[in-house]
This record gives sequence, C-alpha cells and structure tokens, in this order.
Amino acid sequence: MLGEWLNTIVQGVLLGGLYGMFAMGLSLIWGVMRLVNIAHGDFILLGAYIALAFGETAGLHPLAALPAVVALMFALGYVLQRGVLNRTLGKGLLPPLLVTFGLSIVVQNLLLQFYSADSKALSAESLTTASLRLGDALAIGWFPLGVFLVALLMGLGLQFLFARTAFGRALRATSDDQETVQLVGVDERKMYALAMGLAFATMGLAGVLLGMRTSFSPTDGPANLLFAFEAVVIGGLGSFWGTFAGGILLGVAQSVGFRLDPGWGLLVGHFVFLAVLLFKPEGLFPKTR
Amino acid sequence: MTPLGDALRERRWPEGRRLFPSLSVEENLLVGRSTGRSGPWTLARVYALFPRLDERRRSSATLLSGGEQQMAAIGRALMGNPRLLLCDEISLGLAPIVVKAIYDALPALTREGLSLVIVEQDIGTALAVAQRAWCFQHGRISLSGPADELTRDAISRAYFGL
Repeated sequence: MLGEWLNTIVQGVLLGGLYGMFAMGLSLIWGVMRLVNIAHGDFILLGAYIALAFGETAGLHPLAALPAVVALMFALGYVLQRGVLNRTLGKGLLPPLLVTFGLSIVVQNLLLQFYSADSKALSAESLTTASLRLGDALAIGWFPLGVFLVALLMGLGLQFLFARTAFGRALRATSDDQETVQLVGVDERKMYALAMGLAFATMGLAGVLLGMRTSFSPTDGPANLLFAFEAVVIGGLGSFWGTFAGGILLGVAQSVGFRLDPGWGLLVGHFVFLAVLLFKPEGLFPKTR
Repeated sequence: MTPLGDALRERRWPEGRRLFPSLSVEENLLVGRSTGRSGPWTLARVYALFPRLDERRRSSATLLSGGEQQMAAIGRALMGNPRLLLCDEISLGLAPIVVKAIYDALPALTREGLSLVIVEQDIGTALAVAQRAWCFQHGRISLSGPADELTRDAISRAYFGL
C-alpha cells in the first residue's frame, strides 16, 4: 500500500518535470516582455509534429530529429517576435493576448489540415518502455526519468544564462526598463526576438519529449497551455526553480488524483492551482528582491 | 511627452537615475558596455574614479544612496566609451559633499578627451570645472564665454535679466 503511494508520487514528480519544462518557456517570455503567449501549448505541439514530419519523410528517430526541431523552433520564435509580436508590445496586455490567441487557432487548424484529428505518437521503440524496477510496487521508467533530468538541466541552464551571462544581464535590464536599455546601446526588439527564440527552443524540446511520452492530436494545445499556466502560478513568477517546482507539484497533484479515482486526476491538479491562487496568490516560491 | 506621461514615467522609476533595479551595481556598469565601442573605460577605471561603487559592487542598485546612484549612472554611461556625455542636473537632490565628490571626478574624464555638457543650477560648482559656459534665458543664449572669465554678477544679469 505504502509502496503504491510512493510509486504514485514518484510518477507524479516525473510527469511534473515535463510540466515544468512547458512552464519555463511561458515564464521566460512573461518575465522578459510581459507577454502572455496563448499559443504556447499549440507551439509545443508543433514541435512534436515537426519531429513527426522528420520521422515520416526521412525516417529519423525523434531524438535524432531533436536538434533540427529545436533549431527550427528557435528560428520560428525569432521571426514571429520580430515580424509580428514586437508590433503588439507597449500597447497594454490585450493586443499580444489577442494576436497569440489568433495564432493558436491558426496553428491548430494547420495541424488539423495536414495531420487530421487522429492521435499520433513519436515512436522510439524500446527506449520509452524500459524501466528500472525498485521493489514490488515501484518502477521508474528510464524515459520519464530522462525527461525529468532534461527539465532539471533546462532550469539550471536558464538560471545560469539569466544570472551569469552578458546576454542574461541584458535581458534582465530590458525587462526592468526598456527605454533606458536603449540609452546604453541594447536593441530591445532584438532582445525580445532572441528571448522568444529561446522560449521556442525550450518548447520544441518539450514537444518532442511529450510526443515520445504520450500520443497527441492537434487540439491538445490548450491543455498544455493550461498545465504550463498552472505550474507558473503555483511556483510563482520569481525564478526558473519556482516554475520547475510548480510543475512538479502539479504533476504530483494530478498523479495522486488519478490514484484516488481515474476521473479525478486533472481536477485535483486544478484544485491545487485554485488553492494556491486563493491562499498564496504570489505563488509558493515568489521572487525575493 | 505630455506632463501626464512624464508623471507616469517618474512613478515607474522612482529612483530617478534609472539604474536597472534587478541588477547589481556591477551588472549595471557592465550593461553599459552593450554599445560595443572600445575605449579607455573599464570596470577597474570606473571603480578607481568612484571608490564608493567598488565597495558596493555586489549590492542591488535599489539600495544605493542618491549620490551613489548618480555615480553608478555616470559610470554606466562611461562604460559605453562615449565621445560626449550629457549630464542633466548632477547636483539635484544631493548633499553638497556628495556633489563635490562627483564634480571632483569630472576633470579626470575630460583629460581622456571626453567632452561633457552639463546643465546645472549650482553655478559655482559647475563653473569650477567648466571650460566654457552658456547662460540661457527663454531659450536664447544670453551670455557665453570661457568659464573663468564669467563673473557671478554677469551670470545673474544674464539669467534673471536684471
């Protein structure tokens, strides 16, 4: 009995790593340019579909296609920010919301057009089914463990990039005061485009891992967006660690919910999110300044 | 910018010298290097110019006193190795001893070949370091000349029109 609960929690933590990965991109974009990307979940799916396209046309293993997916997504994010989203900034919260909402519909329908509504999966043969057995009740899949470690590395990497590099310094300065950075020679529009490219790269990575973990269909985007949002709110907007921790908490809550009743998983996750919003609206790990 | 716009802007950056609040003092200086212009100014030289900044390099820019913020703002501008530095009211809101510390550092800048244009109401302090001075009255130059040839009386007349 105890072992089964332990298993539930461990699976939740591993699932939460993926949610944390979804959420870090969202948190990054909000942190740098105060933009909420409603199409976040759909672009994560787009990453999975790009890997699928590489698999179908060139027979590439999803992991072999991963570098190309990440590079393509980075380029897409950069161009999207330069060409479209930069025009929506500085006019309040609403214009970027509307434009990314529109993008979400466009991406969903393009995916439906090209790939139909059937669910797809990125096949990775034995890689995604092998597991490490620890006792009777506890088995840790190698693949979910790998995803969790990648998410951890992503958090570490982003934290390092923001805290220690010249690029991160310029991003934080841009986030603080986008008029003054222009005085010191920073092109804030280019900074935004690079930040969006970086976020899209994390989304491409998350999308491929999502597609290897479960099946997906073109209409799954909003659910991914919701999990990312919930993870960000639970963790607080302070740091990538908070966001990562928020993802883990959400994963555990969902996993415990599924354990109680197969219909309760998402509901329990939503309840945890609402409870945090109600009792600690600044999140569990807010920024300390 | 409308007066309302100005008021909003001031409220958003209450520290006035517009340092980046989430960056440390040293990071604020380093961001100044983003212009990519090469020249004599480095972190070490800015710290030598304003030793107070060296002592506070790790602290958040929001925790600085007004004078330290002014030093950091000047230091940040120097890190971009400009040919011309525009300073508006260096003495504004600062204690006289702090104003003196900042003005004492300025001749070292002009010796590097850097030009400074300073708008200042603290006439005595500004004239002590200036080479040339201009007085404006209603947007027109009412007096100009080498700083050491302008008397206080002449400036008063040019300024107040008396």
